[in-house]
Amino acid sequence: MDLALLLDKTILILILFGVTLFIAMYSTYAERKVAAFLQDRIGPDRAGPFGILQPLADGVKMFMKEEIIPNTADKWLFIIGPGIAMCTALMTSAVIPWGKNITIGGHEIVLQVADINIGILYVFGVVSLGVYGIMIGGWASNNKFSLLGAIRASSQMISYELAMGMALIAILMSTGSLSIRDIVENQHGWHWNVLYQPLSCLIFIVCAFAECNRTPFDLPECESELVGGYHTEYSSMKLGFYLFAEYTNMFISSAIISSLYFGGYNFPGMDAFSGNTLAIIGTAVFFAKIFFFIFFFMWIRWTLPRFRYDQLMRLGWQVLIPLAIFNILATGTWMTFKGQLGF
Amino acid sequence: MQLTNRSKVVSNKQMTLAEKMYLPAILGGMWITIRHFFRKGATVRYPEVKREVSTVYRGKHVLKRDEQGRENCTACGLCAVACPAEAITMDAAERKKGEEHLYREEKYAAKYEINMLRCIFCGLCEEACPKQAIYLTPEFPAANYDRSNFIFGKDKLVEPIDKRIDVSLRKKVHTS
Repeated sequence: MDLALLLDKTILILILFGVTLFIAMYSTYAERKVAAFLQDRIGPDRAGPFGILQPLADGVKMFMKEEIIPNTADKWLFIIGPGIAMCTALMTSAVIPWGKNITIGGHEIVLQVADINIGILYVFGVVSLGVYGIMIGGWASNNKFSLLGAIRASSQMISYELAMGMALIAILMSTGSLSIRDIVENQHGWHWNVLYQPLSCLIFIVCAFAECNRTPFDLPECESELVGGYHTEYSSMKLGFYLFAEYTNMFISSAIISSLYFGGYNFPGMDAFSGNTLAIIGTAVFFAKIFFFIFFFMWIRWTLPRFRYDQLMRLGWQVLIPLAIFNILATGTWMTFKGQLGF
Repeated sequence: MQLTNRSKVVSNKQMTLAEKMYLPAILGGMWITIRHFFRKGATVRYPEVKREVSTVYRGKHVLKRDEQGRENCTACGLCAVACPAEAITMDAAERKKGEEHLYREEKYAAKYEINMLRCIFCGLCEEACPKQAIYLTPEFPAANYDRSNFIFGKDKLVEPIDKRIDVSLRKKVHTS
């Protein structure tokens, strides 16, 4: 093993870890600010200028709170639950290409922790592990609301993963690779997948909302029905972990949506640049896209009310999955005949 | 059987395909919320910015002095009687020799307390006052952590001699 490579990857992982946590932290602040602005309010503005230090205050509050483990709870699972949720949320970022390669003094640094050729499958695998964090937490609490929330979460996530995977197949067909790097490279300039596969993109975004348990699919934790859903019994930083995992997931799904459908680090007019400049601008563009999608998540949250559970299931099984299958069919047909009909 | 003639025919029409797709409705909703995003909120950041109140606003009370700086109040108790919230209590005392520069008449309020948590700032006390001694001002009673600190005594209510409070506008409210 090359020592320089090991060092590269270690540093990249540490930076990624920090950046992910930082963005997740500030997503909580952004969420409150966006909510406030959308509701003609001001939002948190007491801690520091414009309330910038609010996440720190929230963090301190979370740590200082009394930690309660219910008597009837399964203690170990109760503790492991939030850990799994957090771990899986952080693991996904490993296969996302954050930018083009940067060359420093002849040494090329790849801005991606692991360019594995089944990148997308890895993402799906880790994301489906995320169900365990919620399920274990909800089950171990030994509380009916928690259990209901956990069951809702798992059935919802499993249902929407199907449609999500189906929607992706169209992209895989047109790209011919499972590696996210390849998929991003394939969208050079303005040739973003969203322009070629709008239906697939729409289905994917809807499913991403459901996978992240965000409104309008926040049934696992709907306050108005289930108190807090799967994290009803949680307090202190264990609750913080669950909330944090949710925001991390939001960041990661924004990154995946941007790299799969919105060109990742590609942008129109990118041919004018080259080398490190291109890589840096590309990364900046990528993060701009990610931030837009995080905002989009929040925007939707404060626009749409929650689905009813039967509506949720009907949308997933009877609308999105058939649509996704139709999309695969249409893509396949087009790919087969495009050469022959002279397009 | 028709019981009233106010019955309405309820429309129970099926949604069209475009409506069933929800997307136009969702985009419409998003358009509404994003317009609110750029709208200026009505929030007033209170301790730093104070909302402008009317010049005849009914806020914290003041116990007036006359032109020579003597307290107007004679502790007649009419304000306490008029007070619908029973927020006012007082103890009367007789003016001693040599106190003529402090109190205008022979009787004065030794203790005068208004419970600001009970007070509803209706202004009936100033209406009841025959001596033009009590008025409401546009000031707010400040926030506090302790309920007992909301019982304002004469130290907080009597207007300072060197900082007279103008209540002419409040007076006009009653004369007009």
